[in-house]
Amino acid sequence: MSSSAKGDAVLALHRFGMGPRPGSIAAIASDPRGALIAELDRPLTLAAAEGLPSSAKAYRTVADANARRTAKAKQAQQQAKKQQVATAGTAMVEGASEPQSDKQAQDAGDMAAKKAADAVPDPGRPIYLQEAKVRIEAALNAEIGFAERLVWFWSNHFCISANRIQSMSGAYERESIRPNALGLFVDLLQAVEMHPAMLFYLDNLASMGANSIAGINRSRGLNENLARETLELHTLGVRTGYTQDDVISFSNVLTGWTLVPPGDNPEHGGEFTFNPRLHEPGGQTVLGKLYDQEGVEQGRAVLRDLAAHPATATHVANKLACHFIADTPPPALVELMARTFRDTEGNLKEVAKAMVSSEDSWSLPATKLKRPSEWGVAMVRSTGITQIDPTRFTAGQELLGEPLWRPPSPKGYPDDEASWIDGIGRRLDIANNFAERAAATADPHDIIENVMGSSISPEVRQAVDRAESRQQALALLFMSADFQRR
Amino acid sequence: MSFANHLPTRREMLIGSGALFAWTQMPKIARAEGRDPRLLVIILRGALDGLGAVAPVGDPDWVGLRGESALLLDGKTPALPLDSFFALNPAMPNLYRLYKKQQALVVHGTATPYRERSHFDGQDVLESGISKPGAVSTGWLNRALVAMESGGRVDPAGSRVLGVGAVTPLVVRGAAPVMSWVPQKLLPASADTQGRLLDLYQHTDPKLAVVLQARMRLAALGGLPGMSDPMSEDPTFAPPGIARVRAYFAEAAATAARYLARPDGPRVGAMGFVGWDTHIAEGAITGQLANLLGALDGAFAAVETNMGEAWNETVVAVVTEFGRTARINGTNGTDHGTGTVAFLAGGALRGGRVVADWPGLKPGQLFEDRDLKPTIDLRAVLKGILKDHLRLEDRVLASAIFPDSADVKPMTGLVG
Repeated sequence: MSSSAKGDAVLALHRFGMGPRPGSIAAIASDPRGALIAELDRPLTLAAAEGLPSSAKAYRTVADANARRTAKAKQAQQQAKKQQVATAGTAMVEGASEPQSDKQAQDAGDMAAKKAADAVPDPGRPIYLQEAKVRIEAALNAEIGFAERLVWFWSNHFCISANRIQSMSGAYERESIRPNALGLFVDLLQAVEMHPAMLFYLDNLASMGANSIAGINRSRGLNENLARETLELHTLGVRTGYTQDDVISFSNVLTGWTLVPPGDNPEHGGEFTFNPRLHEPGGQTVLGKLYDQEGVEQGRAVLRDLAAHPATATHVANKLACHFIADTPPPALVELMARTFRDTEGNLKEVAKAMVSSEDSWSLPATKLKRPSEWGVAMVRSTGITQIDPTRFTAGQELLGEPLWRPPSPKGYPDDEASWIDGIGRRLDIANNFAERAAATADPHDIIENVMGSSISPEVRQAVDRAESRQQALALLFMSADFQRR
Repeated sequence: MSFANHLPTRREMLIGSGALFAWTQMPKIARAEGRDPRLLVIILRGALDGLGAVAPVGDPDWVGLRGESALLLDGKTPALPLDSFFALNPAMPNLYRLYKKQQALVVHGTATPYRERSHFDGQDVLESGISKPGAVSTGWLNRALVAMESGGRVDPAGSRVLGVGAVTPLVVRGAAPVMSWVPQKLLPASADTQGRLLDLYQHTDPKLAVVLQARMRLAALGGLPGMSDPMSEDPTFAPPGIARVRAYFAEAAATAARYLARPDGPRVGAMGFVGWDTHIAEGAITGQLANLLGALDGAFAAVETNMGEAWNETVVAVVTEFGRTARINGTNGTDHGTGTVAFLAGGALRGGRVVADWPGLKPGQLFEDRDLKPTIDLRAVLKGILKDHLRLEDRVLASAIFPDSADVKPMTGLVG
C-alpha cells in the first residue's frame, strides 16, 4: 500500500467520515474516493429506529402526559384544600388557634398539586435519549460515516431545538432529513419546512393572515419567523436581495401550515395539516413573482422556486465546503459544487460526489477543528466501542457547548475554528475522563498502529510512548492535532 | 464519554477510577475466626519516587545523590523521622500519625519482577500478578476472590454494566463480579498531562498551544508570574488543580471506605491515582510530588474516618509500578527506575516500622548504576497480606494468584 493511498484513506475518514475505526483504513485504502462515493449509494434508513415513535406519536405522548399532570394536580389541590378546611373547622370547634384557613388551604393545595404533577413522569426526555442513542450508534457503526456526516450537516443546516420541542427532535431528523439528505434539495426543503417540529420551532403553528377567517377578529396575526429563516438561513442566504416585503408575503403564503392539535385527535394529533381558517386568502408576490395557487400548493410553489434559485446553490455549496474542507474554502471548489447543484437541479448526492472528486478536497492541509460531536464520536470509534450510554454521551456534548439538537439559534452550530477552539481545555478534561474508562480495553499503541494507520506525527508517537499511564497516553492521543484536525 | 464543575444530572457520565467487589461474604476462614477483614488497594500510576517519599536520611550517600532535593531531618521543611534511618515526607502527617499508632508501615526497596521501564508494561505486571508483561485480562485481586471460598455472592444494587467500556483497574478485573462507583467530581487532567499536551502542541500546532496555555494560566489565577515555568520550584506556587486533585483523592477514598464499611458491602476494593511521573521539577519537598503525597495522605485520612469501626479490620495497600532513578536528573526530576516504597495502612496492621533490606546508595550498590536496587519482591508483601489478612493458602497464592511465585515466600507478621 503506497503511503499516499494510506494518507488519502486517513484523510477520507477524518475529513469526510466519522473518524477511523480498527481496520477501517486498510478497508478503504485501495480506493478511498470510491469508498466514499459507494457509501452514498447505501440507504440512510436506521434499522435500530424501528421501535421509536413517529414525531406525531411522540408529541401526542407528551401532550397526554401534560394533560394528565394538569388534571392530577387540580384534583389533588381540591382534595387538599377540602381537608385543610375540614381540619381547620375541627380546630375551631375545639377552640384551638385562630384559623387562617384560606391561606393554609391554598398552601396545602399548591403543595399537593406540585407533588401530584411531579408524580407524572415526562416522557419527552426518555424519547430524546433513545433517539440520541440510535443516532450516535449509527455514527459509531458506519464504515466511514460520510453519509452520516451529511445527515448531521443537513440536520444542523435545517436545525430545530429540543429546548422548544424535545419530543420531536430525534424523529424530525429521521423523518425529514434522513430520507432526503442524498436526494433532491427541493424535496429536503419541502420535507423540513412542512415538518411539525419546524413549524413549532419557528412559530408558524398559530400564524394567521390578517384577512383569514381566524385572523379577522383577532389581535394576533402573522408570524414572520419561518419565512424569514427559510430565506435567510435555509435557501438564499443573508443579504441576497430579498426584502422585508418578500418576507411578509412569504409569511402570508405559509399561514395555515400547522399541526393537528393532539387533544382532538388521538390518531393524527401532531401531524402536519393545512388549516384554511388561518390562511391568508389571495395571491402573494414573492421575489417579484405572483403566487396564486390554492392552499398548501402556494407555499410549495415558493419553496420550489427558492430551491432552484442560483443564490441557494451558492449558499449551500459554500456552507458544505466550509463544513468539510476549510473555514475559507477555495472559490473554485465552491463554484464547482454550486455548478453541480444548479446543473443537477439540486441533486445532493451529486454535489457531495463533486466535492470528493475535487483535487482541492484532498490537497488542502487539515485546518478544520472537529466539532465536539465529531470529535467525541471519533474518540469512541477509535476504541472500537459501538454502543454508548446516551445520557453520558449527550452530557459530554453539552459540556463542550454542543448539546445534541439544542443549538442556540435557528442558525445552528457554527463551523469555524474560532467558535470552538476555546473549548480545548474542556475537551482535555473529557478526553482524560473517557481515557480513564477506555484504558481498560483500549491500548494507545494499538490505536496508533491499527486505527490511525500509523499516520501520526512522530511527536504524538513520542508523547504516547512516554506517557505515565495508558490513560494519559490515550488522553494525549485524543487531544493531538492529528486527532482533532481534519 | 464523559467531562469540572457540573450539574447533578451530569453525574451519570463521570465515571471514576474506583472499583469494588460485589462481595458480601467475608472469607470463610476469617469468618470462622470471627473476623471481617477489608482490603483496599491503591495503584499509583506513573511510578512513585520512593526515595522522595521515604528518605534514607541515615545513609551517608543520600545527600550526595539528591543535593538540594534531598529530604533531611534538619532541612527547611524537616522530614518526619520513622526510625534511626528513614524519614517520611513532611507532606504526610496523617500517615505519620497512623505510623506512630502502629497502624501504618513502609516497605522500602521493593519492586515487582518487572525490570524494564515502560509504564504500561510495569502497571500490567503490578496489577496482573504475572511476572512478565503481555496480554492479560485478569488481576491478582480478582483471582484472589475467586479462589476464596465464599458463602455465595450477592450482587448489590449499583452493580450494572456501564455504557462505555470498563472503568475497573486491571488488578480487580476478572471473573468475580465487580461493582463500580461514580464519584461526584470529575478529576481534571493533571498539571502533568496539561504540560505534556502543551509541549506537544508547541511542536505541532501553535494555535492550539496558545489556547491551552491561556487556559492553564487562567486555571492558575492567583499564581505568580513565571508559574508557567515548569522548572519553577517556588514553594509559594501551588500548581493549578492540586486542590481539585486533593478533593478527588479524598472523595474516591472516602466512597470506597463507606462501601467497605457497610455490613452488607463489599470487602475488597481497588482504585488508581495518576500523576506520579515526575521527570521535571519533581518537587519532593515543596512542589509537585509533595502536593501529590499530601493528596494521598488525605486519602488515608478519608479511609480511616469513613471506615469507622471497620478501620480496625482494614488494610490499605498503596503500590506503584516501579521506582525512579536514585540521582536527580538535569531538569530537577527523576526518570524511570526500579526499587521504591509500598505504603501499608490500617488498623489490622502490625505497623510502626519500616520493612527494608537496605541495599545502599553507592554507585556499585545501585541497580544498573542508576536505580535503588530492589531487595524485596513486592509479591511477597502482597502475598503476606492475602495470606494473613484474607487467609488465602500458600499453594493458591503461588499458582492462581501470583503464577510461578513459589520461591517468593509470603512476608509474615504484617497483619495481626
